[in-house]
Amino acid sequence: MTSPELPVEISLRAEGPVARRQMLSRASRYVLLGATLIGVGVLAFLTYDVVRTGGGRLDWDFLTTYPSRRAADAGLRSSILGTAWVMALTVSLAIPVAVGTAIFMEEFAPKGKALSVIRLNIANLAGVPSIIYGILGLAVFVRGFELGGIQLIPALGPSIIAGALTLALMILPMTVIASVEAIRQVPPSLRDGSLALGASRWQTVWHHTLPGAVPGIMTGTILAVARAAGETAALIVIGAFAFIAFDNSSINDSFTVVPIQIYNWTTLPQEAFRVNASAGIIVLMVAVLSLNLIAVLIRERFSRK
Amino acid sequence: MPNSISLQPSEIGQRADSGTFSGISLEAENVIVPNEPIAISIEDWNLWYGSKQAVTHVSLKIPENKITALIGPSGCGKSTLLRSINRMNDLIPTVRSEGTVSYRGVNLYGPGIDPVEVRRRIGMVFQKPNPFPKSIFDNVMFGAKVNGFKGNQNELVERCLRRAALWDEVKDNLKKSGLALSGGQQQRLCIARAIANQPDIILMDEPCSALDPIATLKIEDLMRQLVKEYTIVIVTHNMQQAARVSDYTAFMLTDERVTGHLIEYRSTADIFTNPKDKRTEDYISGRFG
Amino acid sequence: MSANQALRDSPDAVSQLQRKMRKSLRSRPFEVLIIGALWLCGMISVLTTALIIFTLFGETAAFFGEIAVTEFFFTTQWQALFEPQTFGIWELVAGTLNVLLWSLLFAVPIGLAAAVYLSEYAHPNVRRLLKPILEALAGVPTVVYAFFALTFVTEDFLRPLLGNERVPIFNAFSASLIMAVMILPTIASVSEDAMSNVPRDLREAAYGLGSTRLEVAFKVVFPAALSGIIAAILLAIARVIGETMIVAVAAGSTPNLTLMPLESIQTMTGYMLQIALGDAGRGTTQYTSLFAVASTLFIFTFIINVIATIIVNRFREAYD
Repeated sequence: MTSPELPVEISLRAEGPVARRQMLSRASRYVLLGATLIGVGVLAFLTYDVVRTGGGRLDWDFLTTYPSRRAADAGLRSSILGTAWVMALTVSLAIPVAVGTAIFMEEFAPKGKALSVIRLNIANLAGVPSIIYGILGLAVFVRGFELGGIQLIPALGPSIIAGALTLALMILPMTVIASVEAIRQVPPSLRDGSLALGASRWQTVWHHTLPGAVPGIMTGTILAVARAAGETAALIVIGAFAFIAFDNSSINDSFTVVPIQIYNWTTLPQEAFRVNASAGIIVLMVAVLSLNLIAVLIRERFSRK
Repeated sequence: MPNSISLQPSEIGQRADSGTFSGISLEAENVIVPNEPIAISIEDWNLWYGSKQAVTHVSLKIPENKITALIGPSGCGKSTLLRSINRMNDLIPTVRSEGTVSYRGVNLYGPGIDPVEVRRRIGMVFQKPNPFPKSIFDNVMFGAKVNGFKGNQNELVERCLRRAALWDEVKDNLKKSGLALSGGQQQRLCIARAIANQPDIILMDEPCSALDPIATLKIEDLMRQLVKEYTIVIVTHNMQQAARVSDYTAFMLTDERVTGHLIEYRSTADIFTNPKDKRTEDYISGRFG
Repeated sequence: MSANQALRDSPDAVSQLQRKMRKSLRSRPFEVLIIGALWLCGMISVLTTALIIFTLFGETAAFFGEIAVTEFFFTTQWQALFEPQTFGIWELVAGTLNVLLWSLLFAVPIGLAAAVYLSEYAHPNVRRLLKPILEALAGVPTVVYAFFALTFVTEDFLRPLLGNERVPIFNAFSASLIMAVMILPTIASVSEDAMSNVPRDLREAAYGLGSTRLEVAFKVVFPAALSGIIAAILLAIARVIGETMIVAVAAGSTPNLTLMPLESIQTMTGYMLQIALGDAGRGTTQYTSLFAVASTLFIFTFIINVIATIIVNRFREAYD
């Protein structure tokens, strides 16, 4: 039997209201793309401007001279050293405690109300503004903490150790959260297998859970370090001076860091200091962006395994 | 092949007290006590996940150097029962249990008994092979090392891999990652790993369900070799496997009337040729489950 | 019963085995130490919050010993650095809200647009390229943004554009614009995560009914991800009101009860930094006012974070 011929031609092209909706949709793609590129574009432009302004100022002298009231003689030496000292100390203080807290929360803490309170507490601490950590550091570490006549924490003054303790507390919550995530990625079957062989909970953590969580912990750590390296307000409140004209040699020294130096130059009116600030920003951004890049690379490499 | 079947009068008496259906005292007649040395004695075991009961009034005596199979439809409580033997259920926070699980006269849930010590003596192989992301050598040695093994490691590794019928396939490169093996090989590695701990009893939770038929047969052969030295308890949803491999079979059931009950426990030959409970017969002939 | 079994089950053998299986903690003292250390770590975070509350509220109590609570909460002038001193918090709060308002005005539409684009329109390769760049933006130190706000936005852009009379050197608008750039990645990233988590079935159902991409994005995905989007905005709000450097450098240090953008103002955080940089002696009202403002800020961010957590948790259950 032959099939009957179709009496009318059917067109599947968009017409009328449908066409309008489609056009709107197609246009929206470009509008939205534009919006996405605004943020990226603004930063690209600002980077270009900063490099144009400060690129010329950046040389070995700039990195190795102390700050000075004369823009042409001022450099980043003391602030770079200060940043290095503070960051090294902050990391050594914060990371073990953060990883320990994460292990505690995921493996050893008794499940129940108390644990939820701790989790909530960490989430809140992560949202506390950095200047409040600075005030905490000022009141407790710089000026010392006394309770009922007993000196629980000695007055450390505006020193590297006080700054490091403050920053360590500040990056603790975000590092704990990252470490907890990393620990959760380790498959439970590994844990079960280890426990079934008669390993204790700690042995299981040490031999299996921790090694499996290391990439995630490293990523979280590096991002936290980048965050602390760029921190200004908390350290200003601690009392990190902008005018340090010596090399740090002890954790009790007063100090300054690169972001504070940049802040100082930003507030000075002379145009030449704007050039200095730009150069300083280049140094800081290179450091921070490299750290972020390393963290992302680690994450990519180990998530593909 | 096991021979005499005896009913302990205390068994019936116990059951009639604790049961609420008259049907349960009937079950007691269908749960035998093997006339051989007993490795694990489970007495009136009950387990709850939160408020949901998963195992009810199970009493079971598991004989030494035999393969005992736990069968039953999904959700009948057989895995839960298995994991009660090596206290793996302790890891779940909402679990509550009552009853006794005795190993050589020692109540494993008694005061002060350390689950770590329990698991050194009662090993487990899981449904999905879970070798550690370490070398074959380190996988086998892990349990032994954390439990303080001081002897010759190479010898132990070779011995265990031979017993697990894996030695010939991996002897050339023990440093290869455990994860680089095929599924069946990984499972045999897990068995070797469990053996290295020198346990008395090996529990296997559906050890072949993630493997292909050829690997499955290899593992079943392995089980019959291993049982000469170890006691094996295996959970399986594959009845033919239970019939092929085990000496004793226990049938568990959860339905509208019973939750995690032990319906029948007899020698494998008896239960498959002449099941006494209708529910057992229905399950075995494939009418449900 | 075999002879072996009889021997093995003898009461002596049993109790010996029982003793062996009790060994545990006594034979692993090292582990007890480790577990103790872990408990200590867990307590440190609790301790931190306790310390924050103790220090902030302690000095705030001293502040309210000098200054009436009614003055703090119900007057609108804040003048702390010279006589006559008045301590009405609303000028500082207004400054914070001013910057918050204008930065959200720019950041929310653009950020959400970016999120929609990345989640619904972008090719996976494009997404994989743009998302890390967006996250890199989030890592820019705030002092860098502060510099940009003062130099490129105020000096190079706004003042030439609108004239020096209309644009004070320190104004809220420059700070707001740069603040918007700072929180753009937060809004975009968290919203995009929320949108990506909307199950594919919902989209496919809509497409199957003949919807365009635009309609699916805004009528199906957006409402489904709403709780995550709100959480993203709340997080951004918390960041803005807690941000110090940008406002300290570019917005000014003149408390000013206004929401107009082109005015000099002072935010809560700006004031806090100003006092910290000065030499207010311990015990003076200036010193304690620092803690009073800090407590106010702390309470604000605490409330916002709690609300954000509740919203995220309540609506996450809908999909699990």
